[in-house]
Amino acid sequence: MTGPIDVSLWEVAAALVLVAVAVGASVWQGAALESDIGVAVLRAFVQLTAVGYGIDLLFDQDSVALVLGLVAVMVLLGAFTARHRARAVPGAFWPILVALALAASATLGLMIALGVFEPKPRYLVPVAGIVIGNAMTAAAVALNRLGDEVTRSRREIEATLALGATAAQAARPLLRRSLRSGLIPLVDQTKTTGLITFPGIMVGMLLGGADPVDAVRLQLVILYTLLGAVSLSALIAMSLAYRNFFTPAHQLREVGGE
Amino acid sequence: MLFDLRDVTASRGGHVILRAVNLDLEEGATVVVGPSGSGKSTLLRLLNRLGDPDAGEVRFRGRPLADHDVLRLRREVALVPQLPALVEGTVADNVELGARLAGQSTDVDRALALAGLDPSFAPRLADGLSVGEQQRVMLARALALEPSVLLLDEPTSALDERTRAAVEATLVRLAAELEISLVVVTHDPAQARRLARRTITVDGGRVA
Repeated sequence: MTGPIDVSLWEVAAALVLVAVAVGASVWQGAALESDIGVAVLRAFVQLTAVGYGIDLLFDQDSVALVLGLVAVMVLLGAFTARHRARAVPGAFWPILVALALAASATLGLMIALGVFEPKPRYLVPVAGIVIGNAMTAAAVALNRLGDEVTRSRREIEATLALGATAAQAARPLLRRSLRSGLIPLVDQTKTTGLITFPGIMVGMLLGGADPVDAVRLQLVILYTLLGAVSLSALIAMSLAYRNFFTPAHQLREVGGE
Repeated sequence: MLFDLRDVTASRGGHVILRAVNLDLEEGATVVVGPSGSGKSTLLRLLNRLGDPDAGEVRFRGRPLADHDVLRLRREVALVPQLPALVEGTVADNVELGARLAGQSTDVDRALALAGLDPSFAPRLADGLSVGEQQRVMLARALALEPSVLLLDEPTSALDERTRAAVEATLVRLAAELEISLVVVTHDPAQARRLARRTITVDGGRVA
């Protein structure tokens, strides 16, 4: 390695020694994961190389419009992915799409407005990726839990509706529990950060030769931003999606809706 | 006429449960009797719009149900489900629930007394009650709405004989003391005879 951030292909190839350890473990234990490991290694190489060149191009262009387009694609892909995980929720795609779009634009917009980041691709692209990724997981976990809660609590929901409760009132205890599910992983991660895990941005900056204090401060900015983003995302996704379990006449739909 | 159903067909879980039912329910106490799975509970759910029919029309006091404000209808026509489904908290929290959702206050002690429970139950935790007590809290919770119609789905199915007799006595007293109409669903023909003069038999999704 000639400098802290100059990695040659030879050095990447050298890291394959550790892939050989994984393959060896698989063969030794008869886990039959060798071909999967091979595919994973190859895919990681191709995908990340493509992304690397893409990002390189994006940084060269220095166009905010291009970044916004990329963020829109990330939001769209995030919504498709999360919808699959929240299969028990009818019509989950639109709530997740709106949740991710609003969570991403609100948090990134606020960071720019507060002067934390300059509106440049170098900052916006990676931060948007982290924000949307975490917001997607939170929305998916919260909606997944919401689907389970509705299935499990049908009797309680209908008993509350029977007292003249609106759908929103009947769903409130479920939404509270689902929101907790969506947020707890990140809250726990934030609590233990630096003790059990070293978060990626900080590690990346340290490897890249940045001042540790700067690396820590940027990581804190990201963690605090993420807390806001995942809360917004889970809250918006649930607030929009729970309605799909009910009819306009405040009736609980039978098997998860249309 | 309290309720009239015209050519009502209703399904649950993709199965047709009620087929072209025509039925008049008068003010006062009526018991709907029939074996399990005959469509009694589905019928009750239609009366306060927890469910809607696939075809036909249900009228409440002469007006189609869809013309009533659904939330007001459910407070007017209160349903006590077959199994207790209390919310976390005290008995008082549960009894107040319906009124609180509507932004109103309620007399917890009165509702408890009407359901045959002592006021000392109010601060007790709902999940520490016996099934019989929970069933009565469900009844008190519905009565706290001061409904004009009470729909009861198998109100004594989970109770022992002594508690069942006490709940039946409470229902007979309610119908006599309050100007309240009862529609009670039961699988037990003997109970039907004890509770009301008017009995309607439902079997295989049809009114016999």
